[in-house]
Amino acid sequence: MSAYLHAFGAYLPERVVANAELAERVGKTSEWIESVSGIQQRRWAEPEQTVAGMGVAAAENCLRKAGVSSDKLGMLIVASGSAARGFPGPAAEVADRLCLGSTPALDLPMASAGSLFGLALAMRLVETHGDVLVVASEKMSALVESDPNTAILFGDGAGAALVSARRGPWRMLDAVLHTDGQYRADLAFDGTGPLRMNGLAVIMQATRKIPASILEVLGLQNISVQQVSAFLLHQANLNLLARVAKSLQVGPEKVFANVQRYGNTSSASMLIAASEWSETNSDRGPIVFSAFGAGFHWGALVAAEA
Amino acid sequence: MPDSSRRQRLRQLVQEIAGKPAPEDDNESLFESGLLDSFALPDLVSAIEKEFAMMVPDSDLSPRKFDSIARMDAYLAEHSA
Repeated sequence: MSAYLHAFGAYLPERVVANAELAERVGKTSEWIESVSGIQQRRWAEPEQTVAGMGVAAAENCLRKAGVSSDKLGMLIVASGSAARGFPGPAAEVADRLCLGSTPALDLPMASAGSLFGLALAMRLVETHGDVLVVASEKMSALVESDPNTAILFGDGAGAALVSARRGPWRMLDAVLHTDGQYRADLAFDGTGPLRMNGLAVIMQATRKIPASILEVLGLQNISVQQVSAFLLHQANLNLLARVAKSLQVGPEKVFANVQRYGNTSSASMLIAASEWSETNSDRGPIVFSAFGAGFHWGALVAAEA
Repeated sequence: MPDSSRRQRLRQLVQEIAGKPAPEDDNESLFESGLLDSFALPDLVSAIEKEFAMMVPDSDLSPRKFDSIARMDAYLAEHSA
């Protein structure tokens, strides 16, 4: 059975935190922050806002765009690495607030690659569960606000995607997923903070594994890199996105970027990027999703015009 | 065993990537000294692969193995044909 992407959605908190607001705290300049990350500003949630609440907002935005009511959903998947509670995870609350009744809701307690893994799972679950809504929501500011080393990088927000067996704009063709747990300590949050990040290890592995997984999934479908209309990647760092474009030998304009405005919103970033991209692009050529993050987990997914 | 010719080639690569001379001390960390940033390291490893006609597997992509001329030299001594 085929799976189709029908729509994307996003939610970004209203509070804009520009580099200037953080520069003094980290003992650097706004320009330095932008030079090492490409980030000019990020959004931070208000204290009362939660991972589940932002996830609901992104879900509703996605369902509105898809023209689908929540009672038609057969499953909900919610990815988050920054949920405040151990269990139950935010999926239960998101499901309740969307009035899903007894529809199964699955938590993916994964950071950056969570939305990619969610899409890949949904692609296979539509056959048995019907429409699957994938949500990724992160309140990263709660994890990093007091840590000058990482506060500059992260932002808050949520994204969503509706996957269905019903014919839609993009047919999901294939996905590859990988995990290498030997790096689990290189990017980790134990619930009390601070977030630990071995930036060198993350960058070294990400700069290779993202392009490699993209080439792997394209190879499975005999699609060339040049045929791809857009690469919708986890928005970790603008310099990383540029390296991926260079590795793939494609122009940087093919790699969608909004990390400049939102920072790294972890698992939410790829779907927020997809939502923005879909609002401004009518090109229905092959699109590639890819993400890399804590675990390390990484992979890629390719979809094409139905 | 340190290889002076190989170290010279490594110095040249570091200089090309960093745009500045490599440190005098082969044991000096290229990152802690600020000569290379995290995004330059993958470029350096790619340059090493090209210069020495070898592949560095992902499992060896550890900053500990490439953060000084001496460590890169040791890695190449162990892995070169």
